Order: sequence, then structure tokens, then C-alpha cells
Amino acid sequence: MNSIQKNRLKDQAFKYWGICCTCMGLALLIIFIGDILIDGIQRIDWGFITSLPSRKPEKSGIYTALMGSIWILFFTTIIAFPIGVAAGIYLEEYGKKNKLAGILEINISNLAGVPSIIYGLLGLEVFVRIMNLGASVLAGSLTLSLLILPIVIVATRESIKAVPSSIKDASYALGASKWQTIWYQILPASSGGILTGVILALSRAVGETAPLIVVGALAYVPFAPESPMDEFSVLPIQIFNWISRPQHGFIENAAAAIIILLFITFMMNGIAVYFRNKWQSKWK
Amino acid sequence: MEISMEKPIDEVIVLDNIIDLSLKKTPKIAVSNVKVWYDDFQAIKGIDMEIKPNTVTAFIGPSGCGKSTFLRLFNRMNDYVDSFKMEGKIKIDSKNIYKKKINVEELRKEVGMVFQKPNPFPKSIFENVAYGLKIQGIKDKKFIKERVESSLKQVALWNEVKDNLNKSGLALSGGQQQRLCIARTLAVEPSIILMDEPTSALDPISTAKIEELIFELKKKYTIVIVTHNMQQASRISDYTAFFYLGALIEFDKTKTIFTNPSKEQTENYITGRFG
Repeated sequence: MNSIQKNRLKDQAFKYWGICCTCMGLALLIIFIGDILIDGIQRIDWGFITSLPSRKPEKSGIYTALMGSIWILFFTTIIAFPIGVAAGIYLEEYGKKNKLAGILEINISNLAGVPSIIYGLLGLEVFVRIMNLGASVLAGSLTLSLLILPIVIVATRESIKAVPSSIKDASYALGASKWQTIWYQILPASSGGILTGVILALSRAVGETAPLIVVGALAYVPFAPESPMDEFSVLPIQIFNWISRPQHGFIENAAAAIIILLFITFMMNGIAVYFRNKWQSKWK
Repeated sequence: MEISMEKPIDEVIVLDNIIDLSLKKTPKIAVSNVKVWYDDFQAIKGIDMEIKPNTVTAFIGPSGCGKSTFLRLFNRMNDYVDSFKMEGKIKIDSKNIYKKKINVEELRKEVGMVFQKPNPFPKSIFENVAYGLKIQGIKDKKFIKERVESSLKQVALWNEVKDNLNKSGLALSGGQQQRLCIARTLAVEPSIILMDEPTSALDPISTAKIEELIFELKKKYTIVIVTHNMQQASRISDYTAFFYLGALIEFDKTKTIFTNPSKEQTENYITGRFG
């Protein structure tokens, strides 16, 4: 066998290995989703979504947890979005590119990889205890904001970096100030990428359990939150709670709630993909 | 009788004055002993130059000779390069543009720039041309509309786009995009237009259109153009400057540079023996 044949063989071998790996990932996902659907789909109806939690599995619903997740999502967005985007703009456009900036950049990327329970501990200490917010929606949102800030900052910087420098040059050459260039050219051109990053970060936040448990989210709240200072539960915690119950009915409920949580994350990722495509086509 | 005798004489004097003025006009751009460094690398090695108003001046020279760097000094576009350092004086209309008090944004309204690759904003044609006015805070819609129209007419693009002003600037052809970029520059009414190889990304027909346009624009603007194309320099410019390794080797009337250059290096370059 000469070297050309050898290379061709390697090429083929790697191709089939790659196909196997891809199929394995896909197969696991399909089995998982299929299993969940079989267990939970018949449990989903309007009553399930609008009912309060109960001791009887067939009567209990996800209303409080769903509303809790929506409240948390809302406040996390309005906290993390402006801070993260502003920090990203600063680092990319205003901050000097020196050694300190390099260290800062590495650390922000590292922060994105810190286990979420550590953010939970930080949130417990700073927001729940020192700021005395208690186990409230606000404390939970602030904690999750910390968790996703690095992701938002990195996404913002990447999208701003992707704006061709020729656009900036053109704007400056017409007498635009830095702020005008950022506001009228850079942000509109990078908004698709920034939005994608923010939505992906939020879809991660909506599935987070550990930091919220540490902050003190409850497995059972009788009412949906009505203000940012109220106690709350979220979907993942509700699911976790139901799975740990012995009755079979609760397992069904958990599966149904997982379907709804998955639906929310898929929707958010879908929106993110939509923005990304729309944004990319603009530059062609 | 007396009056009719005097009148023609008066006219002659006035005419004489005009001719005199045009000959002795103060330079639009006056450069004295300018040196530029990027970190330790000296990109410009002490250049003096005077550019007269309403002329086209071409900068030629091999890649990396500093001509683009030099051009970008006139509207301070090098300011964004972190390692940029400069010495010397550049006066535009007798004002040193590197003084601390100078408002860079004001300067750039006076000194427009057209880039190598057409770079319209990813916005509509109308918004592209109106952008310079918008950032000046002009809100008068009728005024903006008129200025957009007159700018597009000046670059002979109006007839091609007047029905599609809301179409994206990126949907135009390369040559049209470059004319749009020139229109965008004209809309803020600068007195100087800097062009950094404006036709190097265009086909010959589009190039010819831009060259015609430069010839027209000369009447109202002072134009400085960097080009790699010798024929282009000889076709459109009144003065030509030859740069080599950061130094200004020769600067003279274009005709002199191309027919009777005084330096051997210049002759070697324009005849294609190096560069």
C-alpha cells in the first residue's frame, strides 16, 4: 500500500468515526426527548400550566414556577443586558489595548467557566445577606445576572469586533465622534450578534438551578411572585422537587414541566438563530 | 466720454487682480518637516510640501512608502493607531491641525476622505448620504433632501438611484458604491477631498467615471489622491509627489514628473524599472 492509499484510508476512517460520534450524540438526544415526551406529553394541558402546586400530583401545576421563571428572566435581562453591553463596548472601543486589558480579557473569559454554584454562594453572601434582599426574585435575578454577565460581555465584544473597520473609518472621516460612531454604526451593525449572545445567555439562565437553590429559592411557593421582593420558585427547581417525590404522578408532572422548559429554551435559541441569520445576511 | 474711457481700464485692473490672486494663492495645505513613527519604525522622514487650492495632487510610490500614512495625516485618521507618533506642522488654511485646541470632528467636516474599498454603510442610499448631516445635528428634512439630491447629482449617480433611494447602499455595484461614498463626502461640503486609491477595487469603466468626476470636482475642491496607477496619476493630476521609503523624493507639476523628472529614482519608478 503506497502513501496515497494510506492517506485515503485514514481520510475514510476519520470520516466514518466522525459520523459515528455525531450519531451517538443525536441518538442520545432523541432517546432523551422521546422518553420525556412519552412520559409527560399527555399531562400537558391548560390546567397544568395555570394550576398552583399541590400535594396531589394530578391537581398540581407549574403556574408559580413558570411565573417565577418569567420574573427572574425579566429582571435578569434588564440587569445583565445594559451592564454587559456597556462593559463590552467600553472594553472594545474605549479601553486601551495594553497588558492590563489582556489580563482583564482572560479573566472575563475565565469567569464564564466558573461553576454556577459559586455564583450562588456569592449571591447568597452579597445580595441575600449584605444587601439584605432575602430570598427574593431580585436577589435571584442579580445572582443570575452575575452568572451571565461574562457571556454577554464576550458576545458583545465579539460582535463589535466583527464590524468591519472600514465602516468605522467612514464614520470618523465624515466628522462623527466616537459616541456617534458607536451609536449610529457599530451598535446597529452588531446588534444581531449582541442579541444572539444575550438570548443564549438568558436561555442558560432560565435552566439554572444550583445558584438559585443556594440563594434560597423555594421548592414550594403557594403564590406567583407579585413584586421583585417576593419569594419565588423556578421551573428547574420545581422539576427537581417533583422528581424526588415517590408518587408516579409527580414523575409525570416532572416530565411535562421538562417539556415546557425545553420548549422555552428551544424557542429562545430559535430566536437567537433567527437574529444571527438576519445579521449575517446584512453583510453579504 | 470720460466715464466710458475709464470703465474698461477698471475691468482690466480687476481681471489682473484675479489672475494675480490665483498665482499667489496661499497654499491650501502646508506641511513642514513632518515625521511619523509607529513605535520605533519611522514611516515618514521629514517632509515639506505645499498643496495649492483647486488642484489635484497625486501621491505615487511603491507599497509601504508612506504615501497613505501621509495622506491620512491631513484628516488625522492616524490618531486611532495606538503606536502613532508625529512631529512637525501641517497647516490647512493657515491653521495648524495638530494643535491641542483643534476639534478633530470639525476638521474632518472640512477634509473629506474616500477609501480604497468602497465602504458604504449598511443602510439605505439616502441615509448613507445624509449621515454626515445627521451627525451634525441637522434636522431640517427639506434641507437634507436637497443636499442628498445635489450630492448624488454631483457624482452622476442621481439618475441611477433616484427611484431607489431606500435601497441598501450595499446593493449597488462596486463603481456605484464608490460614487455613493464620494457623494456622502460631498454632502458635508468639505473643501479638501482625500482619496486613498479610490479606483483600485474597480473595473476600468467605473474607474473612468471616477476619474471624470475628479476632474469635475477640482473646480470646487482641493483633491489629494493616492494611486498605484501611473497612467491615472498622469491623466488626472496637476501635481505629482513621488514617495520612497518614507521620504518625499520629488514633488512637481505632473507634466514635469512624467516627462522630465529631476531625480533618477523617480524616473526609474515611473518607467517601471522598479517598484
